[in-house]
Amino acid sequence: MLKVVEIDHLTIEYPDVKAIDDVSFTVNQGDFLGIIGPNGAGKSTLFASMLNLNTKYNGTIKFFGTDIRKSKNYLKEIGYVPQKPIFEKNFPATVNDVVKMGLQKESDENKVDEILQQLWIHELSERRIGELSGGQQQRVFIAKALVNNPKVLILDEPVTGIDQQSIDLFYSILKELNSKQNITIIWSSHDLDAVNKLANHVACLNRTLFFHGESDDFFENDELVKQYSEASMQEHMHHH
Amino acid sequence: MAFEIFTFSFMHRAIISGIAIAILCSVVGLFLVLRRYSLFGDAIAHSSFGGIALGLMAGIYPLWTAYGVSIISALIMTRIKDRFNISGDASIAVLLSSGIALGLVIIGLSGGFTLDIFSFLFGSILLVSVNDTILILSLTGIILIVILLLYRQLLYSTFNEEQAKVSGIPVEKINYLIVFMAGITVVTSIQLVGVLLISALFVIPNVTAIMYGKGFKQTVIISMSFSIFSVVAGILVSYIFDITPAGTIVLIAIGIFGCTIGIKSAGLLSRHN
Ligand SMILES: Nc1ncnc2c1ncn2[C@@H]1O[C@H](COP(=O)(O)OP(=O)(O)O)[C@@H](O)[C@H]1O
Ligand SMILES: [Mg+2]
Repeated sequence: MLKVVEIDHLTIEYPDVKAIDDVSFTVNQGDFLGIIGPNGAGKSTLFASMLNLNTKYNGTIKFFGTDIRKSKNYLKEIGYVPQKPIFEKNFPATVNDVVKMGLQKESDENKVDEILQQLWIHELSERRIGELSGGQQQRVFIAKALVNNPKVLILDEPVTGIDQQSIDLFYSILKELNSKQNITIIWSSHDLDAVNKLANHVACLNRTLFFHGESDDFFENDELVKQYSEASMQEHMHHH
Repeated sequence: MAFEIFTFSFMHRAIISGIAIAILCSVVGLFLVLRRYSLFGDAIAHSSFGGIALGLMAGIYPLWTAYGVSIISALIMTRIKDRFNISGDASIAVLLSSGIALGLVIIGLSGGFTLDIFSFLFGSILLVSVNDTILILSLTGIILIVILLLYRQLLYSTFNEEQAKVSGIPVEKINYLIVFMAGITVVTSIQLVGVLLISALFVIPNVTAIMYGKGFKQTVIISMSFSIFSVVAGILVSYIFDITPAGTIVLIAIGIFGCTIGIKSAGLLSRHN
């Protein structure tokens, strides 16, 4: 089976915290990996290093068998949807403009319409991005990530602050991308139910990786689920 | 009649250069405004004051030294800002004041040449020569071609740096390119509105155009139209009434801005149509 991502002994330290501590795991082609972990677990930090946004790490990260320190070509094969896309609220760009930004080759303009249809946002294509609801914006950013036909889609807690109806639509879109188009999906979340429903692999991260494997093995192991729920519960109470 | 002014060749040159500069400032200015870098044009313009004084003192054509000093100092300042994490507005303040300080000291040392300096401070569009016009048109052409070729990279890295990086766009190089183009644009435009009013041309047509709620390309076209209208009307009106062109141009641009705000608050610009 083709290995898409190989992470080996990855450690990432910020000045006052070790955010990732000796993490190793592999993602195969076609996997739908849910990375679960409470706030501050290091999910975004892990993604930043995988996306070459943060190069200060120890260990190795390989995409398609090549160390990302050696070549950045792998970035062409990746679609990334950030946790909270930041842009000027009145930025003069329409949905169409934003999706086209992701397009590597101008020649593929038909692809833009196709993706907008697929994500149910074609009717919004001439609207300004800043006018849309959170759920609609999220779909625009997914469209932008998909417009190049990526092999891998990386999503960082993509449903934070989005209404339930949009979330359901969003999940069904992800499921379809993975099963019909065989896109490998790496997705961080703290919604256990959603991960249980969608993902076929699970990684539990909280600075260290304390579980990685098939999602059935995780969800059938009550001890692990309980352990995770308690950890995130404490986190939750801590935050309120 | 007032129409005779269209027969003067200095007026032809003024209007042709004015239109080129209007287009240039609105396109380059849009990227600066969207990067929250509106005052950067001002900073470059003030640093060019130092360059102009240097040229006058050394007996070199002052625009050349202005190009050199402002582009180099803007690039250096950008590098320092990135390396030492200085905020954008603070780096603008440093750049702005160092140019003026340099200019003042040089003027003091050489005993003053106030007349020449005056035309650089407030512009002298009616005095542009044939050579100036050719230079202005060529630089405008080159910069517009660069912007067209790198359109996606410029737009994407302005919209969201991090995502642009992940898409493999060399964001840092693009940032330096924008600073470089801003430097050329500012010094080229000094002849039209002078050092003191440059940022008006960078900013006002763009904040006005953004309010119309359109996509990127349409916003550029709206901004260019307002900019061209302000410049051409400003040149003509100021000539007829014998007032300063720079001030007139900027006041017309502000007038359009005011009207747009009026239309918007009256609810005539729907959020989307
Ligand atoms: N840029 C940064 N500088 C310093 N510390 C950071 C930075 N980003 C995140 N951290 C810290 O690293 C830890 C992991 O954060 P993060 O990766 O954002 O977690 P998650 O995405 O799982 O919520 C947290 O303790 C956070 O405070
Ligand atoms: Mg995060």
